[in-house]
Amino acid sequence: MKKTFLLGKFWNPDDVMTALGKLRDQGVQAYDVYSPFPIHNIEPLLDIKRTRLSVACFIYGCIGALTGFTLMSLLYGAVWPMNIGGKPAIPVPSFAPVTFEMTILFAAHGVIITFFIVQQYFPGKKAELMDIRQTDDVFVIAIDQDRISGVDQTQSISNVFTANGAFEVTEKTFE
Amino acid sequence: MSHVESPIRQKWVTNTDTYTKVTEDICRPIEAKPNLAWLAATAFSALVLAFGAAMVGWTIWEGIGTWGLNKTVGWAFDITNFVFWVGIGHAGTLISAVLLLFRQPWRNSINRASEAMTIFAVVCAGMFPIIHMGRPWLGLWFLPFPNTRGSLWVNFNSPLLWDVFAISTYFSVSAAFWFLGMVPDFATIRDRLKMKGRNIASWIYGLIAFGWNGSARAWSRYEIISLILAGLCTPLVLSVHTIVSMDFATSVIPGWHTTIFPPYFVAGAIFSGFGMVQTLMIVTRKVYRIEDYITLDHMESIAKIVTATGSIVGLAYMTEFFIAWYSASLWERYIFANRMFGPFGWSYWIMFSCNVICPQLFWFRKIRRNMVATFIISIFVNIGMWFERFVIIITSLHRDFLPSSWTSYIPTFVEIGILIGSFGLFFTLFFLFAKYLPVVNMFEVKTLVRHPQQPEHLKESAEEPVIAS
Repeated sequence: MKKTFLLGKFWNPDDVMTALGKLRDQGVQAYDVYSPFPIHNIEPLLDIKRTRLSVACFIYGCIGALTGFTLMSLLYGAVWPMNIGGKPAIPVPSFAPVTFEMTILFAAHGVIITFFIVQQYFPGKKAELMDIRQTDDVFVIAIDQDRISGVDQTQSISNVFTANGAFEVTEKTFE
Repeated sequence: MSHVESPIRQKWVTNTDTYTKVTEDICRPIEAKPNLAWLAATAFSALVLAFGAAMVGWTIWEGIGTWGLNKTVGWAFDITNFVFWVGIGHAGTLISAVLLLFRQPWRNSINRASEAMTIFAVVCAGMFPIIHMGRPWLGLWFLPFPNTRGSLWVNFNSPLLWDVFAISTYFSVSAAFWFLGMVPDFATIRDRLKMKGRNIASWIYGLIAFGWNGSARAWSRYEIISLILAGLCTPLVLSVHTIVSMDFATSVIPGWHTTIFPPYFVAGAIFSGFGMVQTLMIVTRKVYRIEDYITLDHMESIAKIVTATGSIVGLAYMTEFFIAWYSASLWERYIFANRMFGPFGWSYWIMFSCNVICPQLFWFRKIRRNMVATFIISIFVNIGMWFERFVIIITSLHRDFLPSSWTSYIPTFVEIGILIGSFGLFFTLFFLFAKYLPVVNMFEVKTLVRHPQQPEHLKESAEEPVIAS
């Protein structure tokens, strides 16, 4: 699908924050911001909700703990019960370490894999770059052209960009 | 958070006022052709690795009889090396996870290399349990899988099995965390190489950059999962060395059977790991001329941690002795007296002086900031921590409950060869890392650049901004 973006390119993350705030005052919602490193507290300006990855991680951890504990309990309790000095067949304290390790194993790998899935990042994916330098030192505010009402608004957005330190205002179309 | 800060604040990045300078400095070794010194160093460590591999091959071909073990000392060099290498690994996780949770900005420039150190150290460590089985092709029996051996399952009550789970989880989670941390930097390298017209190299880095484009949504999720992973790695790293210490502590051997082992081993692991971090960082910052990112202040912070953990270890040694005496157990008292003044007393004193006395020199600021002195001390710390494991294992075993079976232990050159070979493996992997991957976390270091300046190439190009018509 063809999509066109109006881009404001900055060299300073603080300018990006100011420009975003000004755009919001005008009722313009940016599509996304691209930066070489995370800009803190940018989320409210872009209406990014707090990710639910932590909930997912908790669930994976629970699955890991259950898997570990169930595996050991089944093997020692049902498949091959052993009486060692009259001790219980399912010794909960000595199952703790393996249960713990399985919790971490599932939680950590689960959350990383989920991150790549929700982000739709995979090995060899062609990166959609607004500017080739955006992973180096350029900060880009992208605005979806479809959401701009007309030439007047384009002009006013460009003015906000340049007034707040953008060194370039341009357009980019993705096929 | 503003990127302009009061000039009186601590600067963790010096002489750098543009973000692109960070990229340039860190990418320089990746873009340059391998130089002679690097080739020589890598070839040498590969040679050492090959020697170690030959010794491992001999062990497997001929059997464990090629080692100096006997009935009394049935466990010696292999487990010493295992615990030593696992311990080395702990500093990397401490820097990448614990210091992230504590919001210590100085971790940003050393976390990548020390995490690499963790992974390579765990690779070295993982080798030993497998080769010490003598029949490594049966290593699969470590895992609980349905089998035809009369439903013979692994022993879930054994700390040695807990180790299997702990070390494999630790290795895979650390590796994943390390890789995740590099994804944005791979993207930086990908685009940089593309700009320079090196399409093949750019394609290779692009493959592992997963299409990263630095979108704010990606960063937002990325920051959260970095914190989650740090939160998971912190108890993980503590659990790993706790479990390693339980290999000894759950036995009934005097000298091993102590409740102080878990915290003592964890502190020792962090201590030895930071010793190795010092050794590696002093060399790396010099060779790659990245003193602006790994500053003397960083080295000073590391030295302070070395002193703190070294003192904890020293306290643990003395507590152990006190409790051995206080327990009034004949065997405990004997084994500890034997540890200090017995036939292996020399190794005890090497351990004590290297681990307890040596790092106390870091109380002096002059020594903390002197890289030659720091390097020498860090080598002593490495030696001392290797001997700590040697002391714990050998001195507790060689005189057992029956005086008729008292014996000594002398390692054969095969065992020593495997130890040397493991250093070869470690350094080969580290040199490869230092050449082909970014040794400093570029995107995290960029967040530490204060008062960024507008670089020349990003000055306004057109008088009239290009806008849509």
